[in-house]
Amino acid sequence: MSEYKFPTFMGYRRENGRVGIRNYVAILPLDDLSNAACEAVAHNVKGTIALPHAYGRLQFGEDLELTFRTLIGIGSNPNVAAVVVIGIEPEWTNVVVEGIAKTGKPVCGFAIERNGQHKTIERASWKAQEYAQWASEIQKVECSVDELYVSVKCGESDTTSGLASCPTVGRALEKLVAAGATCSFGETSEITGAEDICKEHAATPEVGEAYYQIWKEYNDFILSQGVDLSGSQPTKGNIAGGLTTIEEKALGNLQKIGNLKFVGVLKPAEAPTSKGLWYMDTSSAAAEAVTLWAASGAVVHFFPTGQGNIIGNPIEPVIKLSANPLTVVDMKEHIDVDVSGILRREMNLDQAADALLDMMIRVCNGRLTCAETLGHREFVFTKLYRSA
Amino acid sequence: MNQPYFIIHDENDTVGVAVKEIKAGETVEGWVMSNDATVTVTAKNDIKIGHKIAMVDIEVGSSVIKYNRPIGKVVAPIKKGEHVHTHNLKTARW
Repeated sequence: MSEYKFPTFMGYRRENGRVGIRNYVAILPLDDLSNAACEAVAHNVKGTIALPHAYGRLQFGEDLELTFRTLIGIGSNPNVAAVVVIGIEPEWTNVVVEGIAKTGKPVCGFAIERNGQHKTIERASWKAQEYAQWASEIQKVECSVDELYVSVKCGESDTTSGLASCPTVGRALEKLVAAGATCSFGETSEITGAEDICKEHAATPEVGEAYYQIWKEYNDFILSQGVDLSGSQPTKGNIAGGLTTIEEKALGNLQKIGNLKFVGVLKPAEAPTSKGLWYMDTSSAAAEAVTLWAASGAVVHFFPTGQGNIIGNPIEPVIKLSANPLTVVDMKEHIDVDVSGILRREMNLDQAADALLDMMIRVCNGRLTCAETLGHREFVFTKLYRSA
Repeated sequence: MNQPYFIIHDENDTVGVAVKEIKAGETVEGWVMSNDATVTVTAKNDIKIGHKIAMVDIEVGSSVIKYNRPIGKVVAPIKKGEHVHTHNLKTARW
């Protein structure tokens, strides 16, 4: 591995010391019912972004905890400067407000019951305007790579992902972790076929066992359903791209962590507590998984794709790379970094990783990703089971 | 070697991945990443970019090896140079 000399970049250091690369004022609905009010506020007040989603009512137990962790985590993400929370009733709204307030950033909640939507929109708009004007004056400061938290996940993979784009991410993560950054990978279902290799990447036997239990629990769940996942994993897109089995897909997927060891295991949307590489229990569905990482505090995402997954996230910029020589041409508007040169032997892994890291620094400095320019704001909660 | 027609992850692998379109009957060169060797194979089928080509004959019931690991069970006989995909290879898992 060649050394990458990380330059500093201009980012936003938040009240709690965490570093972000975007400066959003989020209008965050507690629940599905409050989406309309949030969208109205974001329409009224420029410089804000509404984050509509589908859940938040009659959830309970671990599923409710995950929804709260996701909402509080999104509001707490350092890419967000300030948050207006709107919910149908005040109690759960306050749970989210108080959770986000622990970061020290400005946050305020509004409940629709006993006020109606018109009054709520007016009151929330006044606060959103105050926050937007305040946030617009926040100055960027010099930040270093060891203050970054980077997440990784691939999608619409094909055999070129395992040959080139996933190994490129693996090499980039090796360089990031060597420089003191925090990173996270996951995709529990897509490790099937390489689960023993993944376990060997754990930093300690305890961490390996914790990961393996999560994988086994999910695999047992699939087997208990008596279904054949072959129609979903690999996906139709994967198969069109030449991937035949989940084992083949998993072996390619795991290239994203290079030779690194992971230091710990995270629940969905849980924040890492130290630097280094972390495993997070996530779905392999792109929008769900990236939303969980954004909620865990990740500020930038590497997304290798083969056939051309087009996902984005409203608050965490998603940098896409591909090695498929067809995709980098016919889906050019979605691909930030072209590493197809690896397959032509025109580019080695270090050169590809450095090209990705160069792009990451540019995105940290403010360059819009392809997904950002195309308006991709997929914000999808992970739901563990049926609501009450 | 100029641009390879196919790439093999590991020298123990029984399949390669086409990185250029390969036509049936063509004899093409491939690159083995693990040891930087050059190998050749004559294709029996057209192989699209990203799709696998068999480097050896493989019997029903045995495994296909890629990344030096089994990636599934063979369900129809495979001859060297043939296209390997869902018609002759299935997961050994789900």
